[in-house]
Amino acid sequence: MASRASGAYLRTSVSPDLPPPARVGGPVAWVRENLFGGVLSSVLTVLSALFLVWVTPDLIRWLFIDAVWSAPDGEACRAPGAGACWAYVRAKISFFAYGSYPRDLLWRVDLTLLLGALLAAWLLWPGARRKGLGLLLFLVAYPILAYNLLHGMADSLRAVLRGLADVSGSAALADVAQNALPVVGTNLWGGIFVSLLVATVGIVVSLPLGVLLALGRQSSAPVLRMVCVVLIEVVRGVPLITVLFMANTMLPLFVPEQWSPDRLMRPLIGVAIFASVYMAEVVRGGLQAVPKGQFEGAMALGLTWRHRMALIVMPQALTTVIPGIVNSFIALFKDTTLVAIVGIFDFLRAVDTQRLDPEWAGPSISATGYVFAAAFYFVFCFAMSRYSLMMERRLARGHAK
Amino acid sequence: MSQAMPETAQPLAIQMQDVHKWFGRFHVLKGVNLDVSRGERIVVCGPSGSGKSTLIRCINRLEAHQRGRILVEGVELTDDTRRVDEIRRDVGMVFQHFNLFPHLSVLENCTLSPIWTLRMPQKAAEERAMHFLERVRIPEQAHKYPLQLSGGQQQRVAIARALCMSPKIMLFDEPTSALDPEMVKEVLDTMVSLAEEGMTMICVTHEMGFAREVADRVAFIDRGEIVEMNAPEPFFAHPQHERTKLFLSQILR
Repeated sequence: MASRASGAYLRTSVSPDLPPPARVGGPVAWVRENLFGGVLSSVLTVLSALFLVWVTPDLIRWLFIDAVWSAPDGEACRAPGAGACWAYVRAKISFFAYGSYPRDLLWRVDLTLLLGALLAAWLLWPGARRKGLGLLLFLVAYPILAYNLLHGMADSLRAVLRGLADVSGSAALADVAQNALPVVGTNLWGGIFVSLLVATVGIVVSLPLGVLLALGRQSSAPVLRMVCVVLIEVVRGVPLITVLFMANTMLPLFVPEQWSPDRLMRPLIGVAIFASVYMAEVVRGGLQAVPKGQFEGAMALGLTWRHRMALIVMPQALTTVIPGIVNSFIALFKDTTLVAIVGIFDFLRAVDTQRLDPEWAGPSISATGYVFAAAFYFVFCFAMSRYSLMMERRLARGHAK
Repeated sequence: MSQAMPETAQPLAIQMQDVHKWFGRFHVLKGVNLDVSRGERIVVCGPSGSGKSTLIRCINRLEAHQRGRILVEGVELTDDTRRVDEIRRDVGMVFQHFNLFPHLSVLENCTLSPIWTLRMPQKAAEERAMHFLERVRIPEQAHKYPLQLSGGQQQRVAIARALCMSPKIMLFDEPTSALDPEMVKEVLDTMVSLAEEGMTMICVTHEMGFAREVADRVAFIDRGEIVEMNAPEPFFAHPQHERTKLFLSQILR
């Protein structure tokens, strides 16, 4: 294969590739490497296995085998040895989902949620077309539509329709203007749809506002920078509950009475501002991770500040902080339960109040309700987490070797 | 400003008049005077920290000078950001570390600024980009991402990206110093062919072979001053200043 002469060396052919040894691949190697890689690892593996063996059967029995799946009232659930009372969740699901929203008007909530889900799917679907239009619909048309559907037709829209009815002389249109979409006060709103509303508003407001605050904080204009720094540090230095209390009691003091925000609007504003300042700090971290050369490369091409930020810096900054952004979103989604403290009837509050219903009250009712609530929050948060992982992988393509 | 423009047969691309620059207390540029005619190729060399990079970065105002005047194509560089953005469109720059945009494909790197600042239609911008990618001999990489390319390929993309703006002047800031040795030549070849077409070029480089081949003048900078500037032949054969002699003896082994 090789010839040797007086220390010189010359290879005359390429060595063949050999298959890897058996220890490198295969299930046995996987188990050895991941479960019994060392003494500590082996001990932990055994302890975990014992814990699972101890807990899982009881859990499965309580959740599924002994569970009461359907019953007219709490009688069956109160029987000794009964597990989770899913019949109770089924009976109360409408209240959990909509709170006290009038039962004959639930289609308005359903339609709003459905449209929102469709628009969100359009925007989140990788490779979907015309996302600009989707974003415009989502940010401008959808909030207006949602307001008119959920709260009731706005007076201005009513006036426009009435005007049209007068001009055309159409009685049907006049009737629509007068009676369609009657107002449902926010005191009747509640449940999952309020939780989703608070979370969506928080998420949709906090990302753009956070980007603006982060840019403001890095601005070379001292006044703008000062305002952003003070806002970020003050709101970040205060618990969300305090922000909510302040929004609830102080906003009405500063705003003229006729402009005083609705009782649901106040916590919405509070949550949105609170989420924005956290987002601002996450985005600032991303901005600092963008190498100086990227700014210079963009400058040298004559791109204006706005183009540099929008096309070069922000896409890279936001991509690097996707985990942080999603972390904020998940925290925000769970923090929406705190709006209950200012009297908003969110999902958790709805679950919490119903467990005392005398018709259903029983030893397993509270646990069932809270397990259901936990499952709901987990499904949403886990979905966000998975989605962000997928996006990270997609966006990392530019950085792949 | 127009009175300051000298009436010469070959108008000046760049005029630097008594340019001073400080980083904090550190005096980086100490009164640099440099006139560059259209079509002229100038190589700038000097020891590290001498201010040679700062000098060419002042020409497209990546660094702001604090005293003196810089005119590019007769337009003075000031704090007016809009004017600076316009000048930068006429002045291409190639960096030591390429500074390609990693989140955009090679083609998008090249079409971005023509589309957004020159308001070119996408199709025309792509055609122009492919033209210049062919010039730097990597059209087949157009749809890859920058980090999938070798250093030499990335630097050629960076050159093509700058050329897509149809610049009147090209600045090169040590374009080959971050490259593996075997990739230096492909980048230098591209620069030579650019020089042969009459592009006004200022190159900060230690590639003395390149300087000999294409430069009209070689400038030696040390401690923020142009110490010596001459045509390449006399510059290398008979350096006048002691510091030039010392520097050349260190890099020409």
